[in-house]
Amino acid sequence: MAGAASLHARATIVQPRAIAEPKLVRWTLIGTTLAFLSLFLFVPLAAVFYEALRKGLSAYLHSFTDPAALAAIKLTLLAAGIAVPVNLVFGLAASWAIAKFQFRGKHLLITLIDLPFAVSPVVSGMIYVLLYGANGYLGPWLIAHNVQIIFALPGIVLATVFVTFPFVAREVIPLMQSQGTQEEQAAMTLGASGWQTFWRVTLPGVKWAMLYGVILSNARAMGEFGAVSVVSGHIRGKTNTMPLHVEILYNEYNFVAAFAVASLLALLALATLGLKTLVEWRSAVALAQAEANPVVQEKAS
Amino acid sequence: MARFKRHHALPGFGLTMGFTLCYLSLIVLIPLSTLLLRSAGLGWSGLWQTATSPRVLAAYKLTFGASVIAAGINGLFGFIVAWTLVRYRFPGKRFVDAMVDLPFALPTAVSGIALTAVYSANGWIGRHLDAIGIKAAFSPLGVTIALTFIGLPFVVRTLQPALEDLDMEVEEAASSLGANRIQTLQRVILPSVMPALLTGFTLAFARAIGEYGSVVFISGNMPMKTEIVPLLIVSKLEQYDYAGAAALGLSMLMISFVILLAINGIQWWSQRHRAGA
Repeated sequence: MAGAASLHARATIVQPRAIAEPKLVRWTLIGTTLAFLSLFLFVPLAAVFYEALRKGLSAYLHSFTDPAALAAIKLTLLAAGIAVPVNLVFGLAASWAIAKFQFRGKHLLITLIDLPFAVSPVVSGMIYVLLYGANGYLGPWLIAHNVQIIFALPGIVLATVFVTFPFVAREVIPLMQSQGTQEEQAAMTLGASGWQTFWRVTLPGVKWAMLYGVILSNARAMGEFGAVSVVSGHIRGKTNTMPLHVEILYNEYNFVAAFAVASLLALLALATLGLKTLVEWRSAVALAQAEANPVVQEKAS
Repeated sequence: MARFKRHHALPGFGLTMGFTLCYLSLIVLIPLSTLLLRSAGLGWSGLWQTATSPRVLAAYKLTFGASVIAAGINGLFGFIVAWTLVRYRFPGKRFVDAMVDLPFALPTAVSGIALTAVYSANGWIGRHLDAIGIKAAFSPLGVTIALTFIGLPFVVRTLQPALEDLDMEVEEAASSLGANRIQTLQRVILPSVMPALLTGFTLAFARAIGEYGSVVFISGNMPMKTEIVPLLIVSKLEQYDYAGAAALGLSMLMISFVILLAINGIQWWSQRHRAGA
């Protein structure tokens, strides 16, 4: 799913008068844009908060005193807290191997890393059931050794890791590739060790792309529904993440509580968009500074 | 060691490559291969039977039909949104631009219940549709609405850079040669952003086919009527029909591969097109 969300600074283009549309056309198009986005984005988003607060603030706040809701929040934080750092380490390792060295099959490897984006969430969860479930390939062995993966935390973490697998790698790989190896080679020549070079030279250069990947993968990790739904088993207070808890409450017609938990996830989404915009802006500033500084530019080219 | 150093000035290739391949195999490749193994257990006739049962065919028809329509809606309106955001100034534009990514950031379950609340017969928008006899939620239209939401950012985000890269001197040249804006749009602008538009359409379509969370709430999940393929997979898994679920999963994976190839094809075609121009 290339290109859909990537670090990309945007600018307004000023249209010369000869090819500018008449004012009426312009405002019709702007109006169409706002109407379309309202129907599909703004109104549904507003509905989340409206439905959550429908019976007043105290009913809203009361939803969070439910131990099952608290357990769901904890589980979501735990699963994301494991999956995101693990994929961050993987993303950096994969970027180093792919960007700094030449080898055969590089394109195939990049395609395989992107593969989880092309897989339906339901299929992403199912493959772990086929492997580790009671009737799965490793199921009998796991039961004999009293290890539970499916319908337990490990399965939820695995599914979360799968769906967030490419995020950091796909942001960092292209940037590291464009930066080349000259700065690292200079550092090594000056006596830095491999680790020192990575920490002091490579990592600062890709920090914004890395952060961008982390923000996106965290949002997906906390919000994943389909994949986690298949492996979780929906045990209330135990294996329910926040999105799954939303589903259970909703199906029980407990709408205020369902939308209350959903409103937390919506706030997370808004915070994600805010942070994402901030990082896009900061990285554009960093890029402009690098371009204004001839020494850095010389090294990079 | 000395020879190694001369060939690879930087260290860590063995470590990072080894880790990458191990992790990729354990998390992605080995689990995905179980789809193939499980479906193979059915044999050809079993696979055929699973894939062509009436309920499965109805689910495919709905999934593909709704996905194509949703991607089409996004193609048309995504173009207008991208054009407006690139070319015009209006109050709140930066906010609107950032909000286009909301479907990426909002958990699908939240999108699902929010769209259901808005488009059901007593919802803010559904109420008005209901008054003119249109049933939005719990119908194929509801599925299409959810898939439009989920695919919305793809067309906009692939078109924006392409529209920014448009050389406006060509448009000015067209105008000075007597073309009006509609002609310029048809003959100059559309052909040059067509690869981006097609890529965005394909990405939105690919995302829509596999979508689960936002659809299951608004669709009503009636077998033969509003049941999508991913939901069918879940219900097969719940009945412990692992082989049947794997066969359906495998078919979806194959479709994803074909779509990935199509996207690569579009990009190859556009690069050749550009080189030839």
